[in-house]
Formats: sequence, structure tokens, C-alpha cells
Amino acid sequence: MPSARFVSHTTVDPEEVKRFQSLANKWWDEQGEFAALHAMNDLRVPFVRDNLLNVQWEHHPGKPLAGLRILDVGCGGGLLTEPLGRLGANVLGLDPVEDSIRIAQQHLSHDLDLCDQVSYRACTLEQLSGEGNEEQQEQSGEWSEGQFDAVVASEVVEHLADLETFAICCNRVLKPGGSLFITTINKTNLSYALAIVVAEQLLHIVPSGTHDWEKFISPVELERLLESNGFSVQSVQGMMYNPLSGAWCWTNSTAINYALHAVKENHDAEDSCSHPEDVPADKHS
Amino acid sequence: FASRMGYLLYKHISAVNIIKRGCVCAENRGVSDKKEVYDVIISGGGMVGSAMACSLGMDPNLTGKRILLLEAGHKKVMEKVPDAYSIRVSSISPGSATLLSGIGAWEHITKMRCKPYKRMQVWDACSDALITFDKEDLLDEMAYIVENDIIVAAITKQLDTLPDNVQVKYRSKVVKYTWPVFHRTADAVPWVQVTLASGQTLQTKLLIGADGPNSMVRQELGIPTVKWNYDQSAVVAVLRLSEPTENNVAWQRFLPTGPIAMLPLSDTESSLVWSTSPELAEELLELEEESFVDAVNSAFWNNENHSDLIETASSLFRGALSTMTPSAGSPRQLPPSVAGIGPKSRVMFPLGMGHASEYIRQRVALIGDAAHRVHPLAGQGANLGFGDVACLTQLLSQAAFDGKDLGAIQHLLEYETERQRHNLPMMAAIDLMKRLYSTNAAFVVLLRTFGLQATNMLPALKEQIMAYASK
Repeated sequence: MPSARFVSHTTVDPEEVKRFQSLANKWWDEQGEFAALHAMNDLRVPFVRDNLLNVQWEHHPGKPLAGLRILDVGCGGGLLTEPLGRLGANVLGLDPVEDSIRIAQQHLSHDLDLCDQVSYRACTLEQLSGEGNEEQQEQSGEWSEGQFDAVVASEVVEHLADLETFAICCNRVLKPGGSLFITTINKTNLSYALAIVVAEQLLHIVPSGTHDWEKFISPVELERLLESNGFSVQSVQGMMYNPLSGAWCWTNSTAINYALHAVKENHDAEDSCSHPEDVPADKHS
Repeated sequence: FASRMGYLLYKHISAVNIIKRGCVCAENRGVSDKKEVYDVIISGGGMVGSAMACSLGMDPNLTGKRILLLEAGHKKVMEKVPDAYSIRVSSISPGSATLLSGIGAWEHITKMRCKPYKRMQVWDACSDALITFDKEDLLDEMAYIVENDIIVAAITKQLDTLPDNVQVKYRSKVVKYTWPVFHRTADAVPWVQVTLASGQTLQTKLLIGADGPNSMVRQELGIPTVKWNYDQSAVVAVLRLSEPTENNVAWQRFLPTGPIAMLPLSDTESSLVWSTSPELAEELLELEEESFVDAVNSAFWNNENHSDLIETASSLFRGALSTMTPSAGSPRQLPPSVAGIGPKSRVMFPLGMGHASEYIRQRVALIGDAAHRVHPLAGQGANLGFGDVACLTQLLSQAAFDGKDLGAIQHLLEYETERQRHNLPMMAAIDLMKRLYSTNAAFVVLLRTFGLQATNMLPALKEQIMAYASK
């Protein structure tokens, strides 16, 4: 198990919260501190979209993800939440940093079409997934366990305090056969050199102190963690950032950044990729 | 079961409440109703603007997007094709025909009226140098001459068949544009605002300026434009040929005063585009029909600009070339003679060159003549515009499929780069041609004579030129 993390039953690290609080206003400045994250949409949106389209029966031109409910964990200012909403999905963005949620809501508010698709909550994943009994469901509204077709946690797990709890909560909120998408940074010498030394200290692509190398996790470890929590990993793909062009590309090597797609195991269907609509609503009560 | 349904209904209502809480209500801001915010507004309903509207409206990835075309004039419907040819025509390249076919307008055009041509002969008045372009076997069309009215009517017909999310507002003149501020504050509206003469204000996530060479969009943005007026005006008319002929050649002769072109419309009629000095153009307009016809025939046929020196030099050069490439080169043909002019009167319009140094700004893109304006001598003006439409549609389609905000700068920059890379060399070449052929100074004439003859004898080079112009 990663040594820097305590099994604290809360995924959120207060230091991380403080750090992102101070950067809240920079989310939507496309040339600012989060420029690389904006650019990452060119990879991660198609990654989520195409893998979800593979299990969809119906194709809606113009709204490829229509009818799907997606949870964006650690949504920040909504950089990934909004494109997913534009593709027709019903998206809930979660982030423990209240200022980020405020910025996300503000940015969203002008686009009335998108307001129908996207909503935000300042809370943690455990708070959401813990709303298991009916009383709490009435308070929180529509989101409760087994309700999401997909969970997206992009550039999040490297900031979390407790990955085991994170995996359990993801499993709880997903429908059987639902997808989990993670993008994160590998724990290698190369990732230390590039993601910490070069990106943070030399080139300032990422604000200094954003990442703690101890919290990085290798794809093998992440896979092991997920598979022991009811997931089946479908694909892992390396990603690379070119600071000169400011663009990301897919690559064979997962030595630095990578994306992972896992599916929640479907216990009574033969194949793990069943059509979400087929699952009865009260299966996991 | 009923209680379960009731519970689900309750959950749905609370969901709606949560969404409302989570999203700052627009009513508080004085932002207009959702229906007034468009995804794309296209300003200008000419050939290129309406092709853009149709192209976006038919793209599967843009299904459901709210698209609005604003046109200051009235709707151009053509129940029946008029017998008389209209005087404004365009040469439509195979690339443009492909675009028009893709948006379903080409079918209407071929049913109405269009003239394919198979060969183009371009020659000098100061020497007998000439160049001909044709497809190898003369079976394929090189390009098509189509009246501009027919193009617009065909696209309008197609627009009528599109679903309600694609709208056209005719007789809508824009009086003001309000641009989005660069750094968004909480209250500032991030969209482009368009104010009409009627007082109505519309908002859009992307504005496409297709409002012609004197584009208001471009001017209001303050985009620096390289432009100059050529000291030339074009006289256009419809010509009646002396006798019916298999009229499938486009003719252009470079006179020292400017190029004169005859473009086929039918077996008995052709379109005239005569670019010349403004004074001469006015004189031509005032001539009696017979004298005008004489002037046209003389411009194509007589050799008064030939000088002995040039003739000797050019025949020597041609001799030298033919020893190197004996099979190349083609005999000069003469265009059909003209007997009269069509019922609609001749008109003239000034010619100029213009190029916007930027095609895009935040949430705005320029297409067609609004971005670039060329001399008609190469018949490329409309084609460059249709090329813009094809390129921008493809980029917006991909952006929508990637969940992007249509007005985001990244793909607009790609559009600008791609089109400038294509358009600038073309415009430079056209401008160079115009300047090269605007003189009868012996040295320049010799130079261009040799150049033209040499090019005529190099099939590979000619094919490259045709391929570039066909896009």
C-alpha cells in the first residue's frame, strides 16, 4: 500500500484543498496555470466518449452521450464536466473545494442549455456515496448509489489521501457494468523528473507544489487496487504532454501520464458490459 | 409499485430543484430567454453565407444546434428558371461542386441551369503566346459556369427543407455588434451580441461573418486588411453568339488594358467579363449595341498589339521549346464571334484586392469575400469562399463531437491557418498575373510570353495548376 497515505476513511487531503483554493480563479484562463488541463480535454473527452459509445445501443446524432449519467469526481472548475454535458450526458461535478465549485457554477450559468445537463456540488465522494438510506436520499435529491453510468476521476487520484475508500465509493455509486475513467501520473523516476522537476520547477507548466511524487501510483498498482474492489480493468493508455506545442498525445509508454478505463463487474450478467437500462432500479437496495 | 413511482417522481422534482440551485438563475442577470441565444449566427446570406448555413445545418454532429442566417435582402425563390440569363456568373470548380453536392444544392442547380466546360484557353494580346488547360481525355468537365442567382436559389431551396433549428431571417439588417470581453467577470455576457435594425438583440456563441468585401463584421472588429483598388472595373454582359456551337471552352485574352473573358452559358450564349480601365469601362457601357459587339469581337480577334520584335522572339523561343518537348503545345483557336447582347443590360463594378490579416477573433470567423477579395481573372473568388465553408464546417463538426464550445479559439485558429495557407498563394498568383499582364512594355511582354509558352508545354506543371485551382 502507498506509504504516504493513512487509511483515514476520507479521501480528501486538507493540504490539497488549501492549495486548490488559492488557484480557484485561474480555472478558466486557458493560457493560465491550468492550460495543460484545458489541452488534456483533447484526449480525455474522446477517451470517455468513445468507450461509452462502445456500450451504447442507441446513437443520438449531435448528442452522443444522451441518456447517460456521469459523475465527475474532483471536477475543479468544470473543465471536463462542461464538454461531457455538451455531448448530452447528465453530469454531476463534485469537488471539496467550495471556491472551485463556485467558479464552475458561474462559468456554467451563462449557458442555459448546459445548465440543464450539468450541476455541481461542493462535497466529497464519500459524502455522496454514503447517502445510502432513504432519509438522506430525500435530502440530497436524485443522486444515490448505483445511479451513475460512468464515474470520471481525471487528475484526481494523485491528490487523494485514501485510494481504497475512493475505489469502494466509486463502486457504490456506479451501476453494474458502469465505467470508471481515471487519468493520473505514474510513480517512476521519469515521472519524478518530468512531472515534478521539469513541469513544476523548471517550466512552470503546473503550479509549484501541485503534485507529491509519493502519491503517484503505477498502473499495475492501480489495476490491482481496482480489481480487488469489484472492477475489471478494460484498457490502460499512456499520455504525453509536449510543452512546446502545448498539446497532449497518446503514447505507448505509461511511464509518465496514463489513462485507465475500468468497468464495475456485473454479478449476474454473463458479460460485464451490459446495457445500463437493463439493470432493475432496486437491484442493490 | 405506485409508491415506488411516486418516489421516483419526487426524486425527479428534487433533481430539478437541485439543478436550479446549482445554477445561478439567468433571470436575475437580465440575460434574454434561452431561445435568443444561438449556437451559430451567420451574417450575410449570399452564396457563401447560405452555403455555410446549409452545410452546418446538415452536419450530423451539429444536429440540434441552433443556427441562424441573417440576410438583409429578401428571400430569393426561383419557381421557374427565367429565360434570360442573369449577368453575374461564377466559375464553379470541381471542389466547390463537391461541397454543393454534399449539401444537396448541386442537384437543384443541375436541374435549373448550369454549363460545364472542358477547356480553357488563355492568351496574350501582345504576342501569340497561349496556354490551354483541359482534362486529358476531354471527357471530364473542368469546371462549371453557373449564374449566381441560381446558386443562391438552389441553396435557399435546400435550406427550406432543413429542420427548425436552422432558421433564416430575411430583411434583417444588422446595425451593431457587441463583442465579448476578453477576461470574463461574473456579470459580463460571454456571447457575441447582434443588434438588428428592428431593435431586436440576439446572442450567439459563434458569429460567422459572410457579409462580403465591405464586411461590417471585419470592420467592427478592427481587423487590419491589406487592400487596394485595382485601377480597373469589370463590364459584365450576356453575349449572343453569331451561330450555335458546341460551346464548352472558356476564353480569356490578356489585353494591355486588362483581361477579357468569354464564359460559356449555352450553345448560343456566353457571359462576358471584361476588366478594363474605369474610363474605358464607362465608354463601353455607353456604346450602342452594335458598336459594343464590334468592340468585343475586336478585343478577341485583332492583333494590333503584336510587334515584330515580340513575334520573332516568341517564335524563336517556341521553336527551341519544341525541340525539347516536341509533342507538347497546342494550336491557337479563336473564340466564337458575337452577334448581339442579351436582354439584360450591361453593368460595371470596380475591382479590388483585399485580404484580412486575421480571419478570426474570439467567437468570430470570417468567410468568403469578407476575408479575401480577388480579381475575377482566374475565376476563383467564389471557389475560395466555398473552400472556407468546407474547412470551417469540418472543424466545427469535430469540435462539437469533442464537446467543445463552438466559439473556442483553438479550432478557429486551425481554420485560419489552413485557409490562409491555401488562399494567400492563390491571391498572390492572381495579383501577380494581373500586374504582369497590365503592361505592353516589351521586356515584360517577352518575359510573360516565354513564361506562358514554357508552362503550356509542361503538362505536369499545368496539371498542378489545375489541381490547385480545382480544390
